[in-house]
Amino acid sequence: MKREDPIALRDITLAYDSLLVLKDVNFQVKRGDIFVIMGGSGSGKSSLMKAMTGLLPPVRGQVFYEGVDFWEAGPATRDAILHKVGVLYQRGALWSSMTLAENIALPLEEFTGLGAEEIRDLVNFKLSLVGLSGFEDAYPAEISGGMIKRAALARAMALDPGILFFDEPSAGLDPVSARLLDELILELKQNLHTTIIVISHDLESIFTIADTAILLDSEERTVIASGKPEDLLRNSEDSRVQKFLTRVQTVFPET
Amino acid sequence: MKAKGYETDGAEPGFVLLDRLGSDRLLARMTGVWKIGVRLPRPENVLKQAEPFPSAGHLSFETSGITSWDTSLVTFLSSFLDRCAMLGIQADTAGLPPGVQRLLQLAGAFRSGHEGEKVHEKVTFLERTGGKALGFFQALFAFLLFVGGAVVALGRLLSFHARFRFSDFMAVLQESGPNALPIIFLISALVGIILAFVGAVQLRMFNAEIYIADVVGISMAREMGPMMTAIVMMGRTGASFAAQLGAMETNEEIDALRTLGIDPMEFLVLPRMIALIIMIPLLTLYSDVIGILSGALTGIGMFGIPASQYYEETKVFLTLNQFGIGLAKSVFFGSIIAASGCFYGMRCGRSASAVGDATTRSVVSGIVFIIVADGTFAVITSVLGI
Ligand SMILES: Nc1ncnc2c1ncn2[C@@H]1O[C@H](COP(=O)(O)OP(=O)(O)O)[C@@H](O)[C@H]1O
Ligand SMILES: [Mg+2]
Repeated sequence: MKREDPIALRDITLAYDSLLVLKDVNFQVKRGDIFVIMGGSGSGKSSLMKAMTGLLPPVRGQVFYEGVDFWEAGPATRDAILHKVGVLYQRGALWSSMTLAENIALPLEEFTGLGAEEIRDLVNFKLSLVGLSGFEDAYPAEISGGMIKRAALARAMALDPGILFFDEPSAGLDPVSARLLDELILELKQNLHTTIIVISHDLESIFTIADTAILLDSEERTVIASGKPEDLLRNSEDSRVQKFLTRVQTVFPET
Repeated sequence: MKAKGYETDGAEPGFVLLDRLGSDRLLARMTGVWKIGVRLPRPENVLKQAEPFPSAGHLSFETSGITSWDTSLVTFLSSFLDRCAMLGIQADTAGLPPGVQRLLQLAGAFRSGHEGEKVHEKVTFLERTGGKALGFFQALFAFLLFVGGAVVALGRLLSFHARFRFSDFMAVLQESGPNALPIIFLISALVGIILAFVGAVQLRMFNAEIYIADVVGISMAREMGPMMTAIVMMGRTGASFAAQLGAMETNEEIDALRTLGIDPMEFLVLPRMIALIIMIPLLTLYSDVIGILSGALTGIGMFGIPASQYYEETKVFLTLNQFGIGLAKSVFFGSIIAASGCFYGMRCGRSASAVGDATTRSVVSGIVFIIVADGTFAVITSVLGI
């Protein structure tokens, strides 16, 4: 683990009460990389993200942000770290009682000293980045699933975070919207140099965007492979890895 | 008996003949139509054909006699194969139609997944009782923690440290105040009329109809006003708090707040609790007035009590004290309603039925708490003699 790594996990073990979800997870993410966490439903991908975004304290192990032990740090440090982190949740998680503009403005209002004018300009700019100009005053219930994901991305980017988390960005989207989102993720990496952590089991997306990937397994409850997806596909002899990377994607809705 | 099928009328229903080939080999010859709506054999009955079972036997299938099938064949086979496995009979599925083999594999794959690990143990009566009791205390403890958290958040608000959205607060104020007036009006007017009628029937026997004024006034101000308002508001606003917060929890909106470092207690719970606690005494007062007026109209209009007498009687007996007790209670009830609605909303799970469950629970326990609190008040006021 290098001190400058934006995020690194050491021996992370996660559980809900007595249900062990993951044990001894280790990895580090390089600055500016797109790091993909792969795994079937229920393998603990979202739980891992919760441990990195302050929602689920690990039973054991450490999460480091640039060498700072996140869960050992005080609340003030934790808040400061999280303000440099943006999260796109699996279901978008836009605040339903607020318009899109208000959703994006909230973090800016709460955590910057910007005036109303500047905030409005920023909000409009972020919305136009994700192709949603003109929807400032729409409520989340009034727009489609793909638009919700994009608006949620605009919100995640509100504070210009150095690290972005995406929980299954393509889940629940039609293939076209899913590919558009992949392109958007690549743009963010190339133009803003954001470090991006993506949870996914959408193969097309994984092979398109990933610099590095890890595969979680729900039987072993830990990481069973890591590397560039193409290399894993070529070199790994583990049948579970091969099975995951070569499976024909079913039409079953996956969560 | 001929079963009703769609395209199967006249065709042979599914049948299995178990043949013994040698001492430890079984052959299942399957024939006919295996479709939903056709009368199909039960796996356990089929196996009876082969009793006594060979120990460690083999079973193969011969299925060329099957004319058509759907998933009822797969369902039958899935359970049949389970039974064979339990009896130590090794089944070879090679003789089954390829489609059936594939579906069986799929079903097996899902079965050996996560669910398979959950062993359904038989729970004894004592364990069940103990579990319920522990669950109750855990929930009570969690509720107390929640109330404690709300008080801490209130402290932060009063010291200007809380993140509190004034616009949200105003919206809740509107929703739980003015918007509730029509239903409170209706309920209170009816309760006033009912009180007057019930009182009149009894009092008439003593020629004492004038005391309707006391019955209506005191019961409305002290008991029925606060109580009916609380119950209506629990079902209306408390339930909607639980549903709103529950939907937000299900939709990960509350996680999104937490990750930003915004305490949902300050941001979501506090505006709701404060708005309701402000509004409920006002609604109670409104309910008192409506109930007393409608009782008066009934007394004067239906039972012929002179209006001036009714007015005098009310003025003498209905002291401000009575209103005070009612309003004090209503503040308590308001806290219970808001806390119960928000508590269950915030604890809502992520499953499809979670929001409905949270709403139901909040209303049921809220109403129970309201009535318990009312009883406690009755005891305290009677001991204090007020
Ligand atoms: N809040 C929770 N309480 C209890 N168990 C949970 C909770 N969230 C997830 N789990 C369990 O943890 C496991 C991993 O879940 P999750 O991290 O959501 O998986 P994934 O995102 O990979 O589908 C699952 O078995 C799930 O049932
Ligand atoms: Mg998930």
